[in-house]
Amino acid sequence: MSIIYERTNGLTKTSTHYCPGCTHGLVHKLVGECLVELGVLGEAIGVAPVGCGVMAYNYFNCDMQQSAHGRAPAVATGIKRVLPDKVVFTYQGDGDLASIGTNEIIHAAHRGEKITTIFVNNAIYGMTGGQMAPTTLIGQRTTTSKSGRTVEHSGSPIRVSEMLATLDGARFIERVAVNNPVNVRRAKRAIKRAFETQLAGEGFAMVEVLSSCPTNWGMEPLDALKWLKENMIPYYPLGNLRNWGV
Amino acid sequence: MAKLLMKGNEAIAEAAIRGGCRYFFGYPITPQNELPEYMSVRLGEVGGVFLQAESEIGAINMVYGAAASGARAMTSSSSPGIALKQEGISYICAAQLPCVIVNISRGGPGLGGIQPAQSDYFQATRGGGNGDYRLIVYAPANLQEAVDITLEAFDISEKYRVPVFIAGDGMIGQMMEPVEIPEGFVSQSAEKDWTTTGTKGQRAPNIINTLYLDPLKLEEHNIKLDNVYKLIEANETRYEADSLEDCDVVCAAYGMTSRIARSSIKIAASSGVKVGMLRPVSLWPFPYGAFDKINPKAKGILCAEMSMGQMLDDVKIGSKGRWPIHFYGRSGGMVPTPDEIAEQLIKIAEGKSV
Repeated sequence: MSIIYERTNGLTKTSTHYCPGCTHGLVHKLVGECLVELGVLGEAIGVAPVGCGVMAYNYFNCDMQQSAHGRAPAVATGIKRVLPDKVVFTYQGDGDLASIGTNEIIHAAHRGEKITTIFVNNAIYGMTGGQMAPTTLIGQRTTTSKSGRTVEHSGSPIRVSEMLATLDGARFIERVAVNNPVNVRRAKRAIKRAFETQLAGEGFAMVEVLSSCPTNWGMEPLDALKWLKENMIPYYPLGNLRNWGV
Repeated sequence: MAKLLMKGNEAIAEAAIRGGCRYFFGYPITPQNELPEYMSVRLGEVGGVFLQAESEIGAINMVYGAAASGARAMTSSSSPGIALKQEGISYICAAQLPCVIVNISRGGPGLGGIQPAQSDYFQATRGGGNGDYRLIVYAPANLQEAVDITLEAFDISEKYRVPVFIAGDGMIGQMMEPVEIPEGFVSQSAEKDWTTTGTKGQRAPNIINTLYLDPLKLEEHNIKLDNVYKLIEANETRYEADSLEDCDVVCAAYGMTSRIARSSIKIAASSGVKVGMLRPVSLWPFPYGAFDKINPKAKGILCAEMSMGQMLDDVKIGSKGRWPIHFYGRSGGMVPTPDEIAEQLIKIAEGKSV
């Protein structure tokens, strides 16, 4: 009998705290698989954010640091400058990275820090109970935009990947989604390439993963994936924005 | 070895390097700029890394990452910049990461000014960040003392896994004095089995964390930290005391103000007033016990500061109501003269209200 699928050694055996239907667990798995397949799990140091991913330090089977809200790229910079031969990554949500942590992520990219960022964008603050994020779509209802976000009040949602792709230090930037098996496979390819960017010493790499939040969107998990496809992907187009050597 | 004439900021930087500092993360702010500028040249020469961060917040979080990876990392700033670092300092204390933080302080509040002040005493000793934490705070009064403290700072910080905070004012940073920075200083690096350096698949992951959602676990963590702080109080309290036992009046002052006060004490002596000096070197732990040495019949204690009265709180705590407490301070970058402080000391000795 041959094993055709097993739990990746890139993750610990700890059960996650994520809600039913949340795609964080799936994204964790892809990151863990990439670290194992690249043979760098034992060389990896991850930085967990504040938000739903805060307890990622219990889930990735490698050395981990937990950082202050939005500061993961600065913490990762400190690690990578001390240990340039190690593989350093941050795992951040959209409240953490696209709101409170914009300064840290922009300057990590601007300096071309040789780190890899996994940016999980679910268009809402999950951990705190569904508040509006800078990535919340126009018309989307949240606990702090109860009638739906408007441009007049809050501006238009921020497209982080496009913004970072303007920086020379950002050597790999791609937006993916995990709403169906085809996109999940593409997401994994992008995550692997983002780690390869670091291993090649090229510079900063980020994968933005469009992700669902059934709990705070108030939807069944499958409806949430449908909503992601019909609402998020048109505003946040999938695809590569920067790719070194191509 | 020969003494070198150095500027305070540069002397502190060189002493830090000789004390083992190899990573410096900083952000420009006056009056501490010569410190990162010096580091930007020297760290490269000794195989270290200098990095100018995007902000003070970025810099302190880089220190967090570097210290958690086992490095001897340092940052420096001045008052409003230290204010920005408070979140990171709280996290560093929670995660028990050793590091050295230097404040070459200036007048405040707000953007304040760029002249020397001691108005960050509360910020350093009471914690500008959240939670039950302490910093080991040293306040040098001259450049040689700044060098000697900085040399040892990493060893002390690693011993307790608590940051060492050097509270220098703008005068300490900007003035030049002859200093001796011994080549032969031997660092006592602590064993670090908790750092994140990659598991190599040979051990369980090391996790640097400050989140404890279970209140019982968080309380246990706070008790563990507090036990360390009690040990520091027992072992690391430093002060200088002169003539406390037989004086008419005591002058309590730290840092640069204590040097000015020494001249004031001579002036008072020429008027027949004997003044004792109590100079805390560690602002935390504060030398409360030193007050027990003060002549019970002394007429009072004058607390002199370059602030509106911050160490004053600790002087009141230490005195336990045994002597009248008086205060003289200049603030905003104004520096008290020896005559100003002497006048207050003489008035107290004569029983006049200050």
